[in-house]
Amino acid sequence: MLEIKNITKTFNAGTVNEKVALNNLNLTLKKGDFVTVIGGNGAGKSTMLNAIAGAWKPDSGSIVVDGIDITAMPEHKRAKFLGRVFQDPMMGTAADMQIDENLALAKRRGKSRSFKWWIKAEERGEYREMLKALDLGLEERLTTKVGLLSGGQRQAITLLMASLNEPKLLLLDEHTAALDPKTAAKVLEITDRIVEKNNLTTLMITHNMKDAIAHGNRLIMMHEGHVIVDVEGEEKKSLTVEDLMHLFVKQSGEEFANDRAVLS
Amino acid sequence: MLINWLGALPGAAAQGMIWGIMAIGVYITYKILDIADLTVDGSICTGGAVCAVLVASGVNVWVAMLAAFIAGMLAGLVTGILHTLMGIPAILAGILSQLILWSVNLKIMGQPNIALPARNYELILAQMNINQSLLMLIVMIAVFIPLLYCFFGTEVGASLRATGNNLNMSRAQGINTDITKTLGLVLSNGIVALSGALLAQYQGFADINMGRGAIVIGLAAVIIGEAVTSRLSFNLGLRMLGVIIGGVIYYFVYQTVIFLGLDADLLKMLSAIVVAIFLAVPYWKKNYFTKAKGVKVCSK
Repeated sequence: MLEIKNITKTFNAGTVNEKVALNNLNLTLKKGDFVTVIGGNGAGKSTMLNAIAGAWKPDSGSIVVDGIDITAMPEHKRAKFLGRVFQDPMMGTAADMQIDENLALAKRRGKSRSFKWWIKAEERGEYREMLKALDLGLEERLTTKVGLLSGGQRQAITLLMASLNEPKLLLLDEHTAALDPKTAAKVLEITDRIVEKNNLTTLMITHNMKDAIAHGNRLIMMHEGHVIVDVEGEEKKSLTVEDLMHLFVKQSGEEFANDRAVLS
Repeated sequence: MLINWLGALPGAAAQGMIWGIMAIGVYITYKILDIADLTVDGSICTGGAVCAVLVASGVNVWVAMLAAFIAGMLAGLVTGILHTLMGIPAILAGILSQLILWSVNLKIMGQPNIALPARNYELILAQMNINQSLLMLIVMIAVFIPLLYCFFGTEVGASLRATGNNLNMSRAQGINTDITKTLGLVLSNGIVALSGALLAQYQGFADINMGRGAIVIGLAAVIIGEAVTSRLSFNLGLRMLGVIIGGVIYYFVYQTVIFLGLDADLLKMLSAIVVAIFLAVPYWKKNYFTKAKGVKVCSK
């Protein structure tokens, strides 16, 4: 479903701030894979998602989604293959637009937009059903401006938006990191449900090792711009946080120094 | 004195409505697209110039106004291309267009101003005939605002609103934000030029300087309009009507301070100061009048 081949990206090349963010990154996802991604600060996790989403072009390498080479495709064009949820709840929705309008924007992802009046009654009914399934009471608030909702509610709506229109790939960039623990758990539960229901191929970055182990069928750890640990299936299920830390030390040759990942 | 003041109000209302239409153009860029577009100082004159030249050469006034609208749209297209294809910051792109238009407007008119006396031509507005002008303006606004309201309710219109609201999210939802921004600039400057065509008819001439400071008057009308309607409703149609009312209030105040004997040379400065203060209020509110909440820990 996704093939990342030898992607390299250097920021500020030739300056004192030169930073090799992705270093010969290779990753292949099968259809239906739910991969959790962990790694320290600057390991290249978000950079990898941005490369897939098309924020900029990689220096070398290629990205293929479902047989289509998207390496040079502009961001808004490849958007039809992708559903995205960001760390900042403000980023994934249009605050001054209504809940139904935000969903309608996502429903038209990858389709041409016409001069027709846009949201019809039956479409609204469809959204009401979807929101009902979230179990957050949002189905009664279709015409509420998204800006008035809490961070957790906004992330739930962004997730719903990302799952509309059958994306080939769902990209979750620490989408629970800005939420309180209880809300984060709820959003993760919704994530699991949506991924399972739509059978979405998913890449989920998290800084929480327990979450990384508990969710998905495969786990990768990144370090200095490439994948250093890749476990799946039964092996992943039996992992513990300690195992992960040992794996990190073994593979990277460095001490594990990310308190946040351990403590949270 | 009081009679004079009252007598001047209908004229102020007409001018206010003309500038209110112009301010709807400003509303589209400044509020909906979140772009401060300075093209308008030039495109309002372009509209006046095109209309005046065409009417003076015997073209039907409605056709001339349509031509003015199209000329304004082209001006917006230039700004859009400068901004999106050439990557120039929007504010600078507008300034460049404005300068281009200064030359273009002089070439259109062939001289710095053109007289358009209502007694010689069939115009739809004229200062001499205030009642008819007011009626015509009200009818135009009554047609115009619902049309715009419908446009912003279409899929394309909604993608324009989304672009101004959240650029990254819009791209993530597959919207080509370069196109939506350019489309907004085109529409906005078309409307601004149309108001220029109305203004030239109303005042009886088009002048190369008629657009100087237009953006400030437009912003003033937008801000006053927001103040009038913000508590009532989020409805976009009502917001746009508020902008027209904002323009009218602006000209009422303008007329009043002139009658109070204020030096007319100072008016542009005062307008700018008033707009500056109103733009500063939300910032002050945010930074100085809210209690500091606990420092938010940023995690990345």
